[in-house]
Amino acid sequence: MQSEGRPTAPEPPGAGEARTFTGNRALQIEEPLLFEVGRHETTGVDVAEAPQVRSRLGRHARKAPLDLPGLSEPEAMRHYVRLSQKNYAIDAGIYPLGSCTMKHNARINEKMARLPGFADIHPLQPLSTVPGAIELIAELGRWLLAMTGMESVAMSPKAGAHGEACGMMAIKAALTAAGDNRRTVLVPESAHGTNPATAALIGFEVVNVPAGPDGTVHPSAVIERLGPDVAAIMLTNPNTCGLFEREVVAIADAVHAAGGYFYADGANFNAIVGKVRPGDLGVDAMHINLHKTFSTPHGGGGPGAGPVVFSKKLAPFAPVPFVRLTADGAEFVETRRQSGDSATPFGRITAFHGQMGMFVRAMSYMLSHGADGMRQASEDAVLNANYIRAGLADLMSQPFGDRPCMHEALFDDRFLEGTGVTTLDFAKAMIDEGFHPMTMYFPLVVHGALLIEPTESESKASLDLFVATLRDLVMRAKRGETERFHQAPMLAPRRRLDETRAARQPKLKWEKPQPYVEAAE
Amino acid sequence: MTARYTRDHEWIRIDGDYAYLGISQYAQEQLGDVVFVELPEPGKKLAKGDVAAVVESVKAASEVFTPADAEVVAVNTALTDTPALVNASPEGDGWFMKLKLARPADIDGLMDAGAYKSFTETL
Amino acid sequence: MRFLPHDDADRAAMLWKIGVPSIDALFADIPADKRLNGLLDLPLAKSEIEVERILGRMAARNVPAGSGPFFVGAGAYRHHVPASVDHLIQRSEFLTSYTPYQPEIAQGTLQYLFEFQTQVANLTGMEVANASMYDGSTGTAEAVLMAHRLTRRRKAVLSGGLHPQYRAVVETVSGMAGDSVTALPPDPTGSEAIMAAIDADTSCVVVQSPSFYGHLIDLAPIAEKAHAAGALLVAVFTEAVALGAIEPPGAQGADIVVGEGQSIGNPLTFGGPYVGLFATRQKYVRQMPGRLCGETVDAEGRRGFVLTLSTREQHIRRDKATSNICTNSGLCALAFTIHMSLLGELGLSRLAALNHANAVKLAESLSEVTGVSVLNDSFFNEFTIRVPGNAAALVEKLAALGVLGGVPVSRLEPARPELADLVVVASTEVNTDEDRDAFVRALEEVL
Repeated sequence: MQSEGRPTAPEPPGAGEARTFTGNRALQIEEPLLFEVGRHETTGVDVAEAPQVRSRLGRHARKAPLDLPGLSEPEAMRHYVRLSQKNYAIDAGIYPLGSCTMKHNARINEKMARLPGFADIHPLQPLSTVPGAIELIAELGRWLLAMTGMESVAMSPKAGAHGEACGMMAIKAALTAAGDNRRTVLVPESAHGTNPATAALIGFEVVNVPAGPDGTVHPSAVIERLGPDVAAIMLTNPNTCGLFEREVVAIADAVHAAGGYFYADGANFNAIVGKVRPGDLGVDAMHINLHKTFSTPHGGGGPGAGPVVFSKKLAPFAPVPFVRLTADGAEFVETRRQSGDSATPFGRITAFHGQMGMFVRAMSYMLSHGADGMRQASEDAVLNANYIRAGLADLMSQPFGDRPCMHEALFDDRFLEGTGVTTLDFAKAMIDEGFHPMTMYFPLVVHGALLIEPTESESKASLDLFVATLRDLVMRAKRGETERFHQAPMLAPRRRLDETRAARQPKLKWEKPQPYVEAAE
Repeated sequence: MTARYTRDHEWIRIDGDYAYLGISQYAQEQLGDVVFVELPEPGKKLAKGDVAAVVESVKAASEVFTPADAEVVAVNTALTDTPALVNASPEGDGWFMKLKLARPADIDGLMDAGAYKSFTETL
Repeated sequence: MRFLPHDDADRAAMLWKIGVPSIDALFADIPADKRLNGLLDLPLAKSEIEVERILGRMAARNVPAGSGPFFVGAGAYRHHVPASVDHLIQRSEFLTSYTPYQPEIAQGTLQYLFEFQTQVANLTGMEVANASMYDGSTGTAEAVLMAHRLTRRRKAVLSGGLHPQYRAVVETVSGMAGDSVTALPPDPTGSEAIMAAIDADTSCVVVQSPSFYGHLIDLAPIAEKAHAAGALLVAVFTEAVALGAIEPPGAQGADIVVGEGQSIGNPLTFGGPYVGLFATRQKYVRQMPGRLCGETVDAEGRRGFVLTLSTREQHIRRDKATSNICTNSGLCALAFTIHMSLLGELGLSRLAALNHANAVKLAESLSEVTGVSVLNDSFFNEFTIRVPGNAAALVEKLAALGVLGGVPVSRLEPARPELADLVVVASTEVNTDEDRDAFVRALEEVL
């Protein structure tokens, strides 16, 4: 039974602030929906008149109007600028979400991605016209292989979860090719939900592995679950509690000895780039989130990119398309036929070639940082998380004792016991202080979790203010100032939203309001 | 007959030839506002331990298990429009389904109200 | 290093506060024999000037689509994106924000997602749409899985007009899940008998219109036959602008509509990132994958938006989720929304009309070239031509003359020698009379 149920319908507020005629609050504008301000006879794009031709649409021509209002260019600009002003952003403040790695998004990356030679090329124009694109993909691949110590890389997955699917599909293909019909995958209880979801999607059965009292996975817990039916273990390292899995090599050895594979979730790679190579730890496949470790922008939820590095055993099964590095350059392999005898790709997981726009951004990041910059970034990321932990250790409760973490610090809600303030309330109060809350209620293995990942982009001054603010909030909670927590956020563009209502009466698109009609007698 | 309870927070109550199944007061408190209940088709045969239903709150989805072999006779269609019934009256109007138990005696070993209350206090 | 704010004094002070002698102490859990002692064998940090030089040189080796006559489509299309769109998506609050899990400080993202969902539903003629998928191809695979869940059957029938790479993705995903796929042979003439392939085991029929070869398909009779057999119609499109001119799939009985939204707001970028559009009937909404944004109110009764129906998703249902998806294609969906807001129905209709007219003019010119024939009766902005000899070699020769004249079908169907003389040709609003003349002249020269 899930015990993390918590109120999702807000309580009514206290006395309101001064109301304005417009409902606006100075720079915060109440902006209606496009469908309320746009008009069907308006367009903000000047399209040349179509020449007269004999139509080839036949009976397929559209008969009914589309309900798509338009805006002139100034109206559109205003509409979306006003919407943007309601969002928190990395560019505006610390975004301490655990395992998301909200680091600085450099604009040089945006500039490079927009070079016409990268942005204005079609995936299916003749390959002879895009040697520079193949070169970029190959170079990015080389950097990823050097960082991970692995054998080959599949660049096509569109996001982290897609990369997980790619890696697990390669494992399934390798087992099938060996005549091995293993059906079970071991997943730690602390794993991100995409891990078991991915395994189930591909037809595996998930077996949970509990964490030890110190938050890590113990080889004994793995070994007692190993057997001839275990296809793989999916491990995140550092794990979602922010701790390096000390026994990872022993676990990898045990899984390999039992005939299984080691899939690594690379979401927390930012802690260890340049410090250790996953390939040296026994990893067979690992996806890398370019939108985390390599700073491609989160864009309000996407797009991401999740290339997957493979060991020698799995390399032959990587999906098409891939870049094959040759003596004098690189060859782009798009179909199973082209892949020749040495490779047996398990198939194709997306049309075209992958997230080229993100490859360029990630390459720009890597070139900017270099081997020395990337190692320094990992060290600063770990330093920053421990600095926050040290600043809060006396006031906030740590589930696995006061011990060093890696790039993220995990707290549980025991420090709030007796205050009447929950993790949720605490997070909402941070919003009023000008901070985006940390990750809440994840990982599930800890009660009321608060997971803080500052990344290397935060200055000491930024961290000092953040720590001081959290300390102040903890003290207020302990002093019984529950109202400010229960009412929070009070200063954001919206108060707490009624998520229960949104789920019970789903309203997922704009509908024209119906005029009131008297019921017929 | 009064209800019996499982360690997974289901209650089951015999009523003549049939039995009613739902989730307990403790369960609905833990879940928070219920937004949706996924109910089985009438006629479905369930073995002990099978997932009989899934109850969703905004942030969680919990499986509801059948405590004994049974066949689904009817489901509480009121929950489709008013899932809030599960919160308001989990052991009354918020019942999930009406079952025909293969062997009514199968549930004799389950906790009674007193034993269940003691059990929840240990959690 | 310009991205790292700390200096040595900062680091020393922080280490002192933490209570460790050096940074190495914080990496002590890494097995000593696996730790890297030196730097990775990669170049050192570079300034912006150097980064621009290196990447600029790489980019300059490529021939941009805008540099000459360009007629390449086959699932991704070159359209004009208004300057405002690219400017707006680079605003900090859109570019550098995260998934709107704290809705109080993410109403900008949530409101545009609600607008996007409405636009997609209205464009496709369906009741509800999600907040986007990675792209059209992965969306199609997800649509098939959704159809299997709804019908409790596990066989998908794929039209021979489906984009070959979309077909490959569905076959890969279905193969892994142990589901079966019946893929009809490639249909360059738009004359396949798909209805005969629908039987009592069929969960869904997947039909693309306009098809990969450009044909416009009558979906209504296919929908009827599918429904009679207890199956669903999954309607696919790769050119969103087409919906400005043709009858929407929702009006023809489609149960799930999935397509590529790249044409609206998003540049070609060599194949990604793109944006998948996904829409379905209201009654199927709980089985729909991907994120959903819904309307609600806040504690002061003001309208607001939140992510909703999350209990379908991986972070809650884990191994029982409808899909493993975590991200949507946020910024690309925003670009779509802004461009579509600028167009409106009026602009989209005009844009679609211009696309069609340009394609008709091109088809007429090309069919006058000796040896070249157009296979299509109906098309929107893309059609298939048969050429004398090997189409791939021909397209290569055209490129050498500076004309990017379509995609040889053999590039996507290498195992089908009977298709080796076919080229798929697209024409959008960016093509001029000069472009068309150049294409014809180049073709005459190489033939």
